[in-house]
Amino acid sequence: MTASQQSVSPSGTSPRSQTGTGHSQSLLARDRRFGYLLIAPLLIVLLVITAYPLFYNIWNSFHNVNYLLPPLGGFAGFANYSKLFTDNEFVPALLHTLGFTVVSVAIETVIGLSLAVALNKKFRGRGIVRAAIFIPWAVPTVVSAELWRTMFDPQQGFVNFLLTKLHLPLATTTWLDSTWTAWAAILIADAWRNTPFMAIVLLAGLQVIPSDIYEAAKIDGASAWQQFTRLTLPLLKPALMVALIFRTLQSFFIFDVVYIMTGGGPGTSTNVLAYLNYKAFFALFDYGYGGAVSVSLVIVALIIASVYVRVFRTEEATA
Amino acid sequence: VTAATEVAARRIRPRTARAATPWQIARRTGFFALLAIFVVVSLFPFYWIVITSLKTPQAINAGTTSLLPGHITFNNYLDDFTQNDFIRPLLNSVLVCGCTMIVTVFLAALAGYALSRTNIRGKALFLGFILIANFFPVIAMVGPLFTVYRRIGFLNTYPGLIIADLIYTLPLATFLMSSYFSQIPRSLEEAALVDGSTRLNTLRRIIVPVAMPGVFTTAILAFMLTWNDFLLALSFMTSPSRYTATVAIVTLGQSPYQTFYNLIDAAVVIISVPIALLVLFAQRRIVSGLTAGSFR
Repeated sequence: MTASQQSVSPSGTSPRSQTGTGHSQSLLARDRRFGYLLIAPLLIVLLVITAYPLFYNIWNSFHNVNYLLPPLGGFAGFANYSKLFTDNEFVPALLHTLGFTVVSVAIETVIGLSLAVALNKKFRGRGIVRAAIFIPWAVPTVVSAELWRTMFDPQQGFVNFLLTKLHLPLATTTWLDSTWTAWAAILIADAWRNTPFMAIVLLAGLQVIPSDIYEAAKIDGASAWQQFTRLTLPLLKPALMVALIFRTLQSFFIFDVVYIMTGGGPGTSTNVLAYLNYKAFFALFDYGYGGAVSVSLVIVALIIASVYVRVFRTEEATA
Repeated sequence: VTAATEVAARRIRPRTARAATPWQIARRTGFFALLAIFVVVSLFPFYWIVITSLKTPQAINAGTTSLLPGHITFNNYLDDFTQNDFIRPLLNSVLVCGCTMIVTVFLAALAGYALSRTNIRGKALFLGFILIANFFPVIAMVGPLFTVYRRIGFLNTYPGLIIADLIYTLPLATFLMSSYFSQIPRSLEEAALVDGSTRLNTLRRIIVPVAMPGVFTTAILAFMLTWNDFLLALSFMTSPSRYTATVAIVTLGQSPYQTFYNLIDAAVVIISVPIALLVLFAQRRIVSGLTAGSFR
């Protein structure tokens, strides 16, 4: 079936139609109807859980939908959006989230890339090492958060125990009680769980690079570093883009670790957008303001994704 | 003479290969030291929660004094199951993840067949939508779905959570299913079609069985992705008897005066063990599914 035939409306409705084209076109129509029927359940479910909430949020964000302050449903104009920039909660949370995203993705990319390069080499016991490094990704985020909450606890934790033994500073810190140490703890918990994902995707990207181009480079006298920057990195670009988009957006939506480790505290110094959004729904019961936060999250996520796509496209074009 | 030099060369060559320069030795040592650090950083925290989960309340009050647990007790595990009723959230999790997995595989198999075997229009548009759905912020579903669920009585119910959980699984599962199905030669099902089998039957009797390894991979990944959920269960399950394991852990071992890490960490060990076993036995499958899904 070619595209030109598809545009012709089916003339022969009977499968036993005399003309060959009519016959095949009705088959095509039936084939399509069958295909749409099969894809419909999934499409409906996905629309119900993504598109419908999105439009509901947009509607809410332009109305007064605070369940603690009826009447509900009055038109609010841009009041909910202007509140975002005047309430001293949203802007700091946005900056925290962006900062966290940049730092966590940078850490995960550097460590994940070196892990992938190391695991791409052949050595005895590679399978076991790979499984060991992979396990942190497999456990739920809640586990990584609870686990690092234990590790950083001044009483039960390993971190302060180690620092004391080594006579290093910060040995008596209550990590989660001050801003910068709390961020360090959150970053470590997040990177510990998600770096393996980065490594796995990049390793898969490394494995499709043919090894003979490295042989050629060696003959030409390229150093290991030159091989890495001139061959590996450019050829790894597709995998790198996938891993970066996935991880950047997931970092940007961080919720579980903050909820469990700090609750946005101390004060609001580790508040992030998803946590702010959750509190708008379940502590303030303000679905108008919460809707505005949700819509902003979607918009910023779309901006991030399109920036990535554009950057990688233009680099491809200039390369 | 030539034979002799060749023998000599053969003797020399392996020796030069073996007698590595100090620089090479240093690099090799550094490489394995780095790997060892990565492995220790990955696994040591697990060791720490295991020993914390085996500590007595007295040991917990005394704080950390050594790398060993000291006096070992399994009472924390017993307490989790008896006093804190942790078995209930575990069963809730298994039920919700199991149902989500089944619904995911069913819906994704149908859609995967449509994408790989029919001439429907707008495939690119549909795949684009799936890709965007993969990046949809889950928190943005929570407010509206909470409102709707409250209205239709779906709050605190299994179906409500299962439907919401599909956001984690469906996009990846659809990519995987359609790519596994399109790798199956068409000739396999054509014979059955000629024999008068319906297409739905060929999907059930031929394509899915042939693609069984792929179906398994999809199912395992769907289970893991749902097992990871915290936000949706936290938002939609309003009574403790419906909490999933991840939500229950957060409410466990908390008192106004103290955090009982021994109880928390026992629960953390309980929910990590099945996943760790899954990774050890199906690592290759999980990794291949994950990477195949992310390269589309």
